[in-house]
Amino acid sequence: MPEIRVTPLGAGQDVGRSCILVSIAGKNVMLDCGMHMGFNDDRRFPDFSYITQNGRLTDFLDCVIISHFHLDHCGALPYFSEMVGYDGPIYMTHPTQAICPILLEDYRKIAVDKKGEANFFTSQMIKDCMKKVVAVHLHQTVQVDDELEIKAYYAGHVLGAAMFQIKVGSESVVYTGDYNMTPDRHLGAAWIDKCRPNLLITESTYATTIRDSKRCRERDFLKKVHETVERGGKVLIPVFALGRAQELCILLETFWERMNLKVPIYFSTGLTEKANHYYKLFIPWTNQKIRKTFVQRNMFEFKHIKAFDRAFADNPGPMVVFATPGMLHAGQSLQIFRKWAGNEKNMVIMPGYCVQGTVGHKILSGQRKLEMEGRQLEVKMQVEYMSFSAHADAKGIMQLVGQAEPESVLLVHGEAKKMEFLKQKIEQELRVNCYMPANGETVTLPTSPSIPVGISLGLLKREMAQGLLPEAKKPRLLHGTLIMKDSNFRLVSSEQALKELGLAEHQLRFTCRVHLHDTRKEQETALRVYSHLKSVLKDHCVQHLPDGSVTVESVLLQAAAPSEDPGTKVLLVSWTYQDEELGSFLTSLLKKGLPQAPS
Amino acid sequence: MKLYCLSGHPTLPCNVLKFKSTTIMLDCGLDMTSTLNFLPLPLVQSPRLSNLPGWSLKDGNAFLDKTELIDLSTVDVILISNYHCMMALPYITEHTGFTGTVYATEPTVQIGRLLPSPLKDAVEVSTWRRCYTMQEVNSALSKIQLVGYSQKIELFGAVQVTPLSSGYALGSSNWIIQSHYEKVSYVSGSSLLTTHPQPMDQASLKNSDVLVLTGLTQIPTANPDGMVGEFCSNLALTVRNGGNVLVPCYPSGVIYDLLECLYQYIDSAGLSSVPLYFISPVANSSLEFSQIFAEWLCHNKQSKVYLPEPPFPHAELIQTNKLKHYPSIHGDFSNDFRQPCVVFTGHPSLRFGDVVHFMELWGKSSLNTVIFTEPDFSYLEALAPYQPLAMKCIYCPIDTRLNFIQVSKLLKEVQPLHVVCPEQYTQPPPAQSHRMDLMIDCQPPAMSYRRAEVLALPFKRRYEKIEIMPELADSLVPMEIKPGISLATVSAVLHTKDNKHLLQPPPRPAQPTSGKKRKRVSDDVPDCKVLKPLLSGSIPVEQFVQTLEKHGFSDIKVEDTAKGHIVLLQEAETLIQIEEDSTHIICDNDEMLRVRLRDLVLKFLQKF
Repeated sequence: MPEIRVTPLGAGQDVGRSCILVSIAGKNVMLDCGMHMGFNDDRRFPDFSYITQNGRLTDFLDCVIISHFHLDHCGALPYFSEMVGYDGPIYMTHPTQAICPILLEDYRKIAVDKKGEANFFTSQMIKDCMKKVVAVHLHQTVQVDDELEIKAYYAGHVLGAAMFQIKVGSESVVYTGDYNMTPDRHLGAAWIDKCRPNLLITESTYATTIRDSKRCRERDFLKKVHETVERGGKVLIPVFALGRAQELCILLETFWERMNLKVPIYFSTGLTEKANHYYKLFIPWTNQKIRKTFVQRNMFEFKHIKAFDRAFADNPGPMVVFATPGMLHAGQSLQIFRKWAGNEKNMVIMPGYCVQGTVGHKILSGQRKLEMEGRQLEVKMQVEYMSFSAHADAKGIMQLVGQAEPESVLLVHGEAKKMEFLKQKIEQELRVNCYMPANGETVTLPTSPSIPVGISLGLLKREMAQGLLPEAKKPRLLHGTLIMKDSNFRLVSSEQALKELGLAEHQLRFTCRVHLHDTRKEQETALRVYSHLKSVLKDHCVQHLPDGSVTVESVLLQAAAPSEDPGTKVLLVSWTYQDEELGSFLTSLLKKGLPQAPS
Repeated sequence: MKLYCLSGHPTLPCNVLKFKSTTIMLDCGLDMTSTLNFLPLPLVQSPRLSNLPGWSLKDGNAFLDKTELIDLSTVDVILISNYHCMMALPYITEHTGFTGTVYATEPTVQIGRLLPSPLKDAVEVSTWRRCYTMQEVNSALSKIQLVGYSQKIELFGAVQVTPLSSGYALGSSNWIIQSHYEKVSYVSGSSLLTTHPQPMDQASLKNSDVLVLTGLTQIPTANPDGMVGEFCSNLALTVRNGGNVLVPCYPSGVIYDLLECLYQYIDSAGLSSVPLYFISPVANSSLEFSQIFAEWLCHNKQSKVYLPEPPFPHAELIQTNKLKHYPSIHGDFSNDFRQPCVVFTGHPSLRFGDVVHFMELWGKSSLNTVIFTEPDFSYLEALAPYQPLAMKCIYCPIDTRLNFIQVSKLLKEVQPLHVVCPEQYTQPPPAQSHRMDLMIDCQPPAMSYRRAEVLALPFKRRYEKIEIMPELADSLVPMEIKPGISLATVSAVLHTKDNKHLLQPPPRPAQPTSGKKRKRVSDDVPDCKVLKPLLSGSIPVEQFVQTLEKHGFSDIKVEDTAKGHIVLLQEAETLIQIEEDSTHIICDNDEMLRVRLRDLVLKFLQKF
């Protein structure tokens, strides 16, 4: 029995180190290859030894697909391809291919230079790894090999994020990566056609949340920022360099312009300036409005937002600073946080999801006393959480499931408890099986793919023409011969099959002697038989031929007079095997004798 | 399968393909050479131009007067191959009852809408026949569905169409139109040269039954690289002598390559102080759009975007003020204008646009030069109304589309069964009738078409895809007939929906109803539509007799005949004639006996 097998190596009932193994029709595909922000030990990368114990990964995996550039989806890639060893193709979209190596390098620098980790991947490894990448266009069907094909769909979320359809023959799986079902200030909404996959693997970060309107959140955000700077406080917004950062910059930029504010807005690290360049060059990936107006004004050229210098953090007076990374787990955002945390006038706004174990997660869950590098830090600044992360909420997830119409759904990239809720909702409201395997747990789905064969057009047209006849109410049987030669399957009419194979037809014919009591001449007997059959077989072609014989369709009846008994006539009924039903019916009918002739 | 040929212009094709149940229009080019029949539209009334003898303002009917060939409202889809081949789109989508979809790539649409067309841009001029309004243009563009290279698009479940990179312009595509067993390739405006677009995808054209070939180079004798070199040296020569250079061109396409050449050339030629002006209502848009289509560019340009840097160096020319662009000669341009200079402006026909003004302005001085780079118009005809002219005229047509050497290489590579092309390509150009190398040479010879012709494409469909449901597949019993070839007889129910065919297992025979109703005789009449399989094989008499004996028949006699044998069952008064290809059982009306004998005979035969 063919089946689809799915095993999460990461992101199973968890957020972080997304990595999902899929086996479909004999092909093995790895979806994403991320790192976990909550761990600094072995657990930060997926356990690749699960894939194969002794063989090479390249022999086992047909391809690797990366959904977008966030490190929890691609952070383990150089480790996987260069240190564990994988030489097969890695697919991602153009923007992901452009931005991914920069974030990887950034990640490497923090890990090696700042934390002094040994045995980490090197810059060269990132370069070598990226050489294995094959860029894909949206909606392009990429033929990985003769049987396996993949296709990318727009996912919103961040620049270049894509959902992927993985297809072999008539079986398919869709993996959403991270996606957003509502357009935001810089990106459009995810979209997929009714591709009816066997399985939809979807993220479920906001499995239980139904978010209020985006406008309200934006107004709220602007109000909080405005109030804080008005009273002379500093606002820290930890972000990842690409993604929310651009959306919030557009938001603040337009607000500053409208309100004519002069308080400085800074953007940390050179990376972000570079990031804005990517947005300018990949305009076709942004939302409709930006695409339409970019010639007049490129939304990613900011007037009010300037590059941040480390020294600015100690400047007096209000300011707004976007700093990376977004979960306050390392780097500049954490440094600034430590400087500003003690002042209640200041504010930190967390615009996205924070993984367990990060400082961001701790302060969001209400912790106000933190232990950092052996020192106590008391958080007096205001802590605000605003869901700007571009993940679909419960409503959006249900909407996507409705769009794609999968046979089953599998949840990843979320917390177990929340998944449980969504699983029930999906099973009850959409009547679709839903799974939520933990890491290392395998879900097996039996499939029943139909088998494509070639039917000869002659046979098909004959059948379709007859199917159109009015009496064809009950299902008709198509009869043909399937010729299987190597992997070439053709369905042809039996006559053609015989001809192609150079075989002669063997004709099987039956002739039955039916004895009738009739004293009349044989011609008259034949005539009586004719009129009897004509009256019974209304739908059949009954003919009386000039030579005295009678035919019913292709069954031949001839009357003869055996010399010994003038009172008996012998009717010879003759038919071929193909007419057996009719022939057999006629003989049994005639056995009952002829009705009395009207005198 | 038929091809309706609506255009006689080989580089502005318009064909309609009927394939399976679909009607597909391939391109809808607008032949603008007839604009040369008009007088130039000057900025200010020019008594000289309007009093020219022998030049009448003809009423030009620019295209598609052969539409009676086919009812255009029956067209299901229109496939666009590049932005030069969509200028008649509003006519078809807005005036023919067309209700289908148009497919094109995003760059094709974005740049196509920038391109000027005399019928769009000159609507106010009463002497020019108005073809459509801006509203109609927008409405036509709204019917376009954007597609990407190698995207498979299903049409009514019957046909799949796929655009492929053609290497000629940003977003330019060739198209594959295929079903499971037939494949038509439509090659239109392709290039094998490395300029800015993504390289041509040749591999996907392989195994075509028919390859329709249009849009070859219009100047087969000119080498584009040589022309670019000539362009640069003539430009330098003129400017060094204090003259101005006028380049009549389209606002998109080759201009990107020319600017890139100049970017590398002007410094080494010591011309870095000479201003380059690009004047067009869409100059800014064109330059901006060219920078955002990274995914449609050649590898070199793509990798610049990854840095991230703009893919085209004209960004740097603009930044360093070497290249300036203006929507028109009015406004800022008149303040900034410095001579000597280089001006890129349109329209290349010299009949309308700001180029008319520069021709009037610079035509009288032999210091100035006009360099023609666009191959679409005869430069002599374009210049005719401006004669006598003192300015130098240089003809450097740059047409990167396939030449005949490249075509023959391509055809050898992809090996289509049949090639279909405009008749112009099957003979040498009229002006060079001895150049037998300037035509398509392939085996079998290409089928040619001319305007208003209908071609029956030479292939017969034999097979169609059908799916066998797994339950049915499981019930099949394959039998090996010859080594490597197996057969299975199939009896199944055919289901057809949305042009997809499916075979389902036959329904279980209905249980005979033990109804109390009295049955009429005719109820039992068998349905003669139930087909019995065909039989094949032969019956070895000795074994057959042994089998009969094993099943209780005795008193068997075998007689030889000319063609075989007769087996006599004397007790049952039955006679079985056995020959190589036939068996005839003659017996009394004893159904039990007949069925027993039948089953024994069938044991020796194969069913089909």
